[in-house]
Amino acid sequence: MTSEAQAAAPVPVTKSTGHRLGITGREWRNLAIAAVLFALAAVVPLVGSGYVQSIAISIAIYTALATSWMLFSGPTNYISLATAAFFGSGMYIVAGGLDLAPYPVLVLLAGVAGALFAAVVGLATLRISGVYFVIFSLGLAELVRQIITWLQHVLGTMSGLYVYVDRSEEMFFWQLLALTAVVYLVGWWIGRSRLGFALRIIGNDELVAVHCGINTARAKVILFVISSTFAAIAGALVAPRWSYVEPTIAFSPFLSFQVVIMALLGGVHRLWGPLLGVIPFTLLWELISANFPAQTTLLLGAAFLLIVYFIPNGVVGLIEDALRQRGEWLKSLRLLLVRRSRDA
Amino acid sequence: MDIIIIGLLLGATYALMAMGLQLQYGVARIMNLANGEMLIAGAFGTFWFYTASNASPFYALIGVIPLAFAVNWAIYRVLIVPLVRRARNQGQLEVDCILATFGLSFILVGILLAVFGGEYLSYSYLARPIFILGEPYGLNRVAAFIGSLVLCLGLYLWLHRTRPGLALRAVSVNPAAAGLVSINVTRASALAFALGGAVTAAGGVLLSMFLTFDASLGVVFTLKALIIVILGGVSDIRGAILAAFILGLAETTVASLVDPGLTLAAAYLLFMAILLVRPEGLLGRRSS
Repeated sequence: MTSEAQAAAPVPVTKSTGHRLGITGREWRNLAIAAVLFALAAVVPLVGSGYVQSIAISIAIYTALATSWMLFSGPTNYISLATAAFFGSGMYIVAGGLDLAPYPVLVLLAGVAGALFAAVVGLATLRISGVYFVIFSLGLAELVRQIITWLQHVLGTMSGLYVYVDRSEEMFFWQLLALTAVVYLVGWWIGRSRLGFALRIIGNDELVAVHCGINTARAKVILFVISSTFAAIAGALVAPRWSYVEPTIAFSPFLSFQVVIMALLGGVHRLWGPLLGVIPFTLLWELISANFPAQTTLLLGAAFLLIVYFIPNGVVGLIEDALRQRGEWLKSLRLLLVRRSRDA
Repeated sequence: MDIIIIGLLLGATYALMAMGLQLQYGVARIMNLANGEMLIAGAFGTFWFYTASNASPFYALIGVIPLAFAVNWAIYRVLIVPLVRRARNQGQLEVDCILATFGLSFILVGILLAVFGGEYLSYSYLARPIFILGEPYGLNRVAAFIGSLVLCLGLYLWLHRTRPGLALRAVSVNPAAAGLVSINVTRASALAFALGGAVTAAGGVLLSMFLTFDASLGVVFTLKALIIVILGGVSDIRGAILAAFILGLAETTVASLVDPGLTLAAAYLLFMAILLVRPEGLLGRRSS
């Protein structure tokens, strides 16, 4: 078992493929395209108005969160409803520690704390069947909120905290864009590593994965830790922009919900899937919250159900279906032409 | 002493709520994350009924139970059955159900917010002290306790003494085998789901007698009910009742000795303990 169990370990790609990186030409091309797109995105806040900037920041936040959510929940089918717990924790570490340590240190600390927190949760719940994990994650944000409120009560601090860090809007966007880039790189690396392969087997059939000698618990916990670390760091990066942090805001169940809905809308089986959900949904959300501020919950719930029932594979699924149909159509057209020419 | 009594009083309502979820998850095999919202809807309905008519909230049960039964039946027929048909395996169904009911919970919260607004609500019913062993307790808590016990007992007897109850228990043990002995599994599942929703809403009616609530509280109750069901063992309704009293006691202990704001932490502590020590639940059977 032990030697086989190591198969699930994230062996660095450089070692597993011998002396070369093993990046194909196609992958180099995709990397280059991604780099160009990121460079283009980085220019957006320089040319856009204040409104465009704020939407761009929202999109960057949700892309980082939804993509990191998808890293874990996409391949494994374990639905995590706890994004807000990690995001809020990251936020609170910055808000609470600003008098004690410089801001960049706090961001790192938030990542470490998020990782440890996720490891504890993962070790407790991910070793047994998936339902326990979902249930545990459902109330996790509320649990952390209660504990922080209680701690503040005991310590006698104010429940709301002000976060003053001098950052321009452009800087916020670039920070979040950088985080998103890291999320993508890590996701890409996982996708081509043995760990990613192990996770896909787990998602297809966990029993099969166990029989293949994959240490399923370990693979799941590692991925959950990676995913949650990003959520915590995102919280730490966003905290100064909100400038006022309060338990009910930081641990709002809305955030977990939005992240799931956006990732599902985009599609969770491609790395770039969540992005295709984040962009339309952020714009839609702007529209909803501007026009129906009282009915946001209802409309969000309805949108969620529509996605679950009518676009189960997300926008990516729709695109791939369309491409496949087009491919088949072209093939039959070619056959037809060939036959015609032969007849003639 | 008063911790134990308050814990027991609370536990009975929790037992009712958990029995509702047990029917939905144990029999119909639907993980319903909108369960707590159904409970809160029952509580809101009672609030509306009581403030409008000033009659005893117990009469609200007469309206809430059939209404919740019908609503949950419709939810099962319209929302869940397509998922059951679509699912290729049990895992896929579970994921789809979790997502669908999660979305549903937000819709229910949205409806409650639209109708009643976002304030905390409570009403004063039987707010008189009653003395048990020389200590005063709210009469409304005792009334809710008795109401819960009556409903729990009725449900238990129905499940164990009647043919439909037997059919439901058969489905909970093995849906495929239940189909072989000419039980209409789809119908039984729909019945269990609807009945579970009705029981949960009844729990909400009783809970509203002594609790302040708002539209966003549902998720906490969903979580508590789930923890109780897991703690008790998914297959056994007696386990759920036992677990409900354990949770009631644990919460009351934490609330009175540490801080009333930490009740969820108490529930999570129990959850952690059960996950680490006995994942199959107190009375559950260990699966191979």
